[in-house]
Amino acid sequence: MSWEVFRLKREMKERISAFMKNSYIGLVFLFLYLPIFMVIIFSFNTSKMNIVWEGFTLQWYGSFFHNRTLMESLWVSLIIAILSTVISTIIGTLGAVGLSKFHFKGKNMIDQLLYIPVVIPEIILGVALLCIYSVIDMPLGIMSITISHITFCIPFVVISVRARLAGFDKYLEEAAMDLGANQVVTFRKIILPLIMPGVTSGALLSFSLSMDDVIISFFVTGPGSTTLPLKILSMVKTGVTPEVNALSTIIMFIIIIIISINTGLQVKRLKTKPY
Amino acid sequence: MKNKKKGSKINPAFLVMVGPVSLWMILLVLIPFIYIVAISFMKRSTYGGVELGFTLENILQVFELSNLKVFGQSVLIAGITTIICILIAYPFAYFVAQKTAVKKTVFMALVMVPFMINSLIRLFSWINLLRKEGIINRLLIGSGLIDEPLQMVYNMVGVIIGLVYTLLPFMIMPLYSSIEKLDKSLLEACSDLGAKPVIAFMKVTLPLTMPGVFAGFIMTFIPALGLFFVTDLMGGSKILVMGNLIRNQFITAKNWPLGAALSLFLIGITLLLVKLYQKSGGRMDELGGI
Repeated sequence: MSWEVFRLKREMKERISAFMKNSYIGLVFLFLYLPIFMVIIFSFNTSKMNIVWEGFTLQWYGSFFHNRTLMESLWVSLIIAILSTVISTIIGTLGAVGLSKFHFKGKNMIDQLLYIPVVIPEIILGVALLCIYSVIDMPLGIMSITISHITFCIPFVVISVRARLAGFDKYLEEAAMDLGANQVVTFRKIILPLIMPGVTSGALLSFSLSMDDVIISFFVTGPGSTTLPLKILSMVKTGVTPEVNALSTIIMFIIIIIISINTGLQVKRLKTKPY
Repeated sequence: MKNKKKGSKINPAFLVMVGPVSLWMILLVLIPFIYIVAISFMKRSTYGGVELGFTLENILQVFELSNLKVFGQSVLIAGITTIICILIAYPFAYFVAQKTAVKKTVFMALVMVPFMINSLIRLFSWINLLRKEGIINRLLIGSGLIDEPLQMVYNMVGVIIGLVYTLLPFMIMPLYSSIEKLDKSLLEACSDLGAKPVIAFMKVTLPLTMPGVFAGFIMTFIPALGLFFVTDLMGGSKILVMGNLIRNQFITAKNWPLGAALSLFLIGITLLLVKLYQKSGGRMDELGGI
């Protein structure tokens, strides 16, 4: 009898503790998502001010297409993000494989250099790149921003590919070579498929880092190369229009769809290979 | 593969794989950083560039009282931000790590989603929520908790909220990965040996997850020193961090050598913390949050 009471008490305690833990997780998510919900809500608001709710409208979703400067900055951002994602993914993937495969003089230095863009405050990389561009007289514009973005994206690609290489069976590669495959074929048919999840997450990370970068672009931008974040930076002082809220909502949903597909694939992998 | 013998043909795969990444990192990270150090000892030219020549003037100017005040304030702001981030993120990461594998994956993806949306838009949204006539104040007044609206933005409180919000995911990721890797059997052993959960946490969990705390510290404290747009937007241009000083010298005052000298300070703090982190056994890959 007393044992039964003890068991019930314990069960109760566990339930309360589970409830508290879930509430805490919920509160943190509320903190993370509250401003995002506001952006979505105000993108449907008839009022131009982001303060009070006046009524529902879809007009902002139509009007940003006609806002030339906003659309231009979106294109600039997309061009830069796509270019820097492709280039940094190629360089970073080859680099991660190469750095784990070959040992050479100065390898340690390259390894250390790769961490600098990850840990150093962005403003330092921004001003350092600005100074070096001015020495070689490189005009500031889409090109200088793209080169800068590639510089801070490469390390993230290397790190995420390296995480996949860590659990990689070296004998697979040797077996392929023994069976007569050359280096290119081995890379394409053996290594690449195995590290693909790392490559994809590195590329996703690069794209979003590039699309969201404010500080580094701020220093290396020039006339005619205003990216979307820089355009928004110039707007926040005077107030963000509902058009920007609408545009952000659309971008956000595209990103959420991409992340859901990626997470869905991860979950599927977890379910089929439960180890 | 073995080291190449001198004079023998270099493996083309080596050139294709290691060449681009090495060249890129040397040209666009190593050389710019050496150049920043060099500029700190040069003279400013009249129209906002640098002139060759050696001077210690910039370095001495860094130690002016007005700059030191900003450094102090900056370290204080970054410190408070980091502590709040640890306090929020640790229990969160700990509780999420107890969930099933599928829930863990989904929850951690949900942590990343907000950070993919333009940070300026999210900060502006916070300003709307926090300002005097904003929703939070109206709710608090409506519920009778306060009579006067609280000043939660354009001051220190606003800056801290903005920084905590911007940097929280960078604290959650490394903490989560170190808590998740924790060997659960150690905790079972503790409870089998009669240790209370609090003791087990203090003696086992916390020490073993310290590298994660340190990694999170680096990923929040260092950026907090430089994020000038957060202070610009949420501090109402009254509160400055080191990033604001550097930005002002490069963009407004066009005094690049002084800006570079100020940057040296920030570079120094970063290198020092990273060295300490490596000494304590922290893995650099952990800092990337992967």
